Amino acid sequence: MTSSQLAMAQLNTGERALALLGGEATDANLRRYLHGIPGIDAVGLEQRAADLGSRSVKTSSKKWALDKIISLIDLTTLEGADTPGKVRSLVGKALTPDAGDPACPRVAAVCVYGDLVPVAVEALGSAHAAGSDVGINVAAVATAFPSGRASLAVKLADVGDAVRAGADEIDMVIDRGAFLSGRFGQVYDEIVAVKEACRRVDGSYAHLKVILETGELNTYDNVRRASWLAILAGGDFIKTSTGKMAPAATLPVTLSMLEVVRDWKRLTGARVGVKPAGGIRTSKDAIKYVVTVAETVGEEWLTPSLFRFGASSLLNDVLMQRQKMTTGHYSGPDYVTID
Amino acid sequence: MSFLDYAPAPESQALLNLRSDYGLFINGEFVAGRGEPFQTINPATEKPIALIAHANTADVDAAVASARRAYDRTWSKLSGSDRGKYLFRIARLVQERARELAVAETLDNGKPIKESRDVDVPLVAAWFFYYAGWADKLDHAGVGPTPSSRGVAAQVIPWNFPLLMLAWKIAPALAAGNTVVLKPAETTSLTALLFAEILQQADLPAGVVNIVTGGRETGQALVGHPDVNLVAFTGSTGAGRAIARSVAGTDKKVILELGGKAANIVFDDAPIDQAIEGIVNGIFFNQGHVCCAGSRLLVQESIHDDVIDRLKQRLSTLRLGDPLDKNTDIGAINSADQLRRIRELTDIGEQEGGERWSPACVLPESGFWFAPTIFTNVSTSHRIARDEVFGPVLSVLTFRTPAEAIAKANNTPYGLSAGIWSEKGSRILAVADKLRAGVIWANTFNRFDPASPFGGYKESGYGREGGRHGLASYLKPASGRSAARTVAAAPAEASPELDAKAAVSRKKAAK
Repeated sequence: MTSSQLAMAQLNTGERALALLGGEATDANLRRYLHGIPGIDAVGLEQRAADLGSRSVKTSSKKWALDKIISLIDLTTLEGADTPGKVRSLVGKALTPDAGDPACPRVAAVCVYGDLVPVAVEALGSAHAAGSDVGINVAAVATAFPSGRASLAVKLADVGDAVRAGADEIDMVIDRGAFLSGRFGQVYDEIVAVKEACRRVDGSYAHLKVILETGELNTYDNVRRASWLAILAGGDFIKTSTGKMAPAATLPVTLSMLEVVRDWKRLTGARVGVKPAGGIRTSKDAIKYVVTVAETVGEEWLTPSLFRFGASSLLNDVLMQRQKMTTGHYSGPDYVTID
Repeated sequence: MSFLDYAPAPESQALLNLRSDYGLFINGEFVAGRGEPFQTINPATEKPIALIAHANTADVDAAVASARRAYDRTWSKLSGSDRGKYLFRIARLVQERARELAVAETLDNGKPIKESRDVDVPLVAAWFFYYAGWADKLDHAGVGPTPSSRGVAAQVIPWNFPLLMLAWKIAPALAAGNTVVLKPAETTSLTALLFAEILQQADLPAGVVNIVTGGRETGQALVGHPDVNLVAFTGSTGAGRAIARSVAGTDKKVILELGGKAANIVFDDAPIDQAIEGIVNGIFFNQGHVCCAGSRLLVQESIHDDVIDRLKQRLSTLRLGDPLDKNTDIGAINSADQLRRIRELTDIGEQEGGERWSPACVLPESGFWFAPTIFTNVSTSHRIARDEVFGPVLSVLTFRTPAEAIAKANNTPYGLSAGIWSEKGSRILAVADKLRAGVIWANTFNRFDPASPFGGYKESGYGREGGRHGLASYLKPASGRSAARTVAAAPAEASPELDAKAAVSRKKAAK
């Protein structure tokens, strides 16, 4: 750590933001700061992402990457028609992704709506990580997901409910309307408040993932500014999308967010996670993300506390590829379980 | 083993059916050369690939005679649309055999397969497609109505982009109605000879394209040949100067595309992550064997340390090694000679006080290799800031104001290309306006397109290749009287015709 990083590390989130912004987190101060960040050339960013996507990951590297991908998945079900049975089945899949191979790693977390958190916690039983390093976490989407269109009080109640029910991670959405109209202070304050609502009775905090819904932000410059804003306000993770609209996660968007967390570490020494979510369905795509993480922020980021895939159908494709690598012939959808 | 060591992913050589020896391609057939044949080797392993024929003066005579015959009897008599059909056919065959050509190029040249596969060969096809479209539209090439071809073109190309430089030369020459004798570089003849097979496949009339392989004296015999009408050369400024001298006093048209020492200017408001990529692509693309490489990085003082820090981090992710591995970023240096020159200049750079840095990287034991290198603390008087290194070596200089950036960028005998990185459009335009360079890239670098003219100022040569301008080099206006008559009768409408009129009136004024 450099001396300036060390100085930053001793501050709490609010003090750090105050020091970086040179004042309170007002619209004006935030605008000055966020608009002072170097811009993004879209053509160049997309070219770089395409180059990273052309890496050829074969044999032992591919095997390693597939196992790694499984261990980074937030296995997700976010349907209005979700039932306790569906969630129990999802948890079963999370615990034993490949019934035919006990060596297959478990996923990082299951991600559900807030009201289904108790079901997930109960189904996990002793496998519930509850914030520890072993086991599976329960993530809940909250803050009037996916639109975020509710009063702050309702959003905070939503978060508080999920945390009390045992959620280890909260996936919140930012107020895109406020962000796009330049009310950065409001977005900032809301994230700070949600983070506070993640506080458990014992004083510890549920992990906060901040969903930027990049598909609604229109430009890479906006994605970058929203990423900085979310990190300044204390988000533990920045997440691309709700998965409820297209475009969801793309490689260039994820690359630009990884560059932000890399720069945040350069600046403060602290590590923030990244979660692309929505639209990543194949092993081939997921491997491109693994390559992009490794070559942008380094392999140390390929760990569940710093990188996740928000996905549902991805897992089965990875399992089929994995079976193919073990047996030498292609598997089919009947040889993996539906969840 | 870490994930970033990626397991080997070599491109298969199975498609490649190379012969053990290759003759000269004259009058549509491979014939033995009369000089002593030579080995072409794989610069990554130093292992021989094939035996290449050596053309002596008599062979060059035969090739030029064949080109002249084909010009007089066939090619100059074909309609533009028929010439276009051959060019389209060649372009499609290049696409069909793309993978094979890419593997051959990488074997013979040492460049990474991802570059020959994704850049060189697709651009070769694009060049032929582009000029195929021009073949029946020569009236709009900017040299007046019904222009005529020049005759036999003598073309000498370098080793850095063997097949691409061939396409840059042959495609416009044929579209304009000329016939060609081409000499590839001594160390990289292989893909030109595979291309000759493609010409046979395409049924191109015999003698329209002839390929003579050999050393420097073969090239000298070719450009000095009294029966060639046009000389096109891409290579070093020294060799270009010798060619200009040898054709002085003749009526040969000359196009020279020579060396460069491009400035890549990064302002403090640049999109920083993309600028870093642009710096890397500017100088480490093709091991820096690029005449328009951004070998001088001019970075604004206020962001110098940050840029160098980020650049070093980025360079440590570059992968140097087997050029046939699909994950290789930096391949082999093309020849022992070139490696010697790079070493010599970098040693001088250190002696003169430049601060040298390379990422930790293991160089293979056989073959010719040079780790990507950056020099900081360089001033404009250092030789590494003035001489063309033609290798993966970047010299970093700083500037404080735009005026200083422009002055430093222009302070070179060369003027081929330059790059500007800034998010401010007005600044890009203002600076570009004052740079003395033929190609200026804004927020990108080393981008090529057949529609865009390419060429230099000052010691970087003269004439343009690519686009309408590249085509015009291979044409001459119709004879004075008939051109003047046609122009007088033509109504002023489309801009190409206005251009043509302007050109003709300038010509008249000169007379």
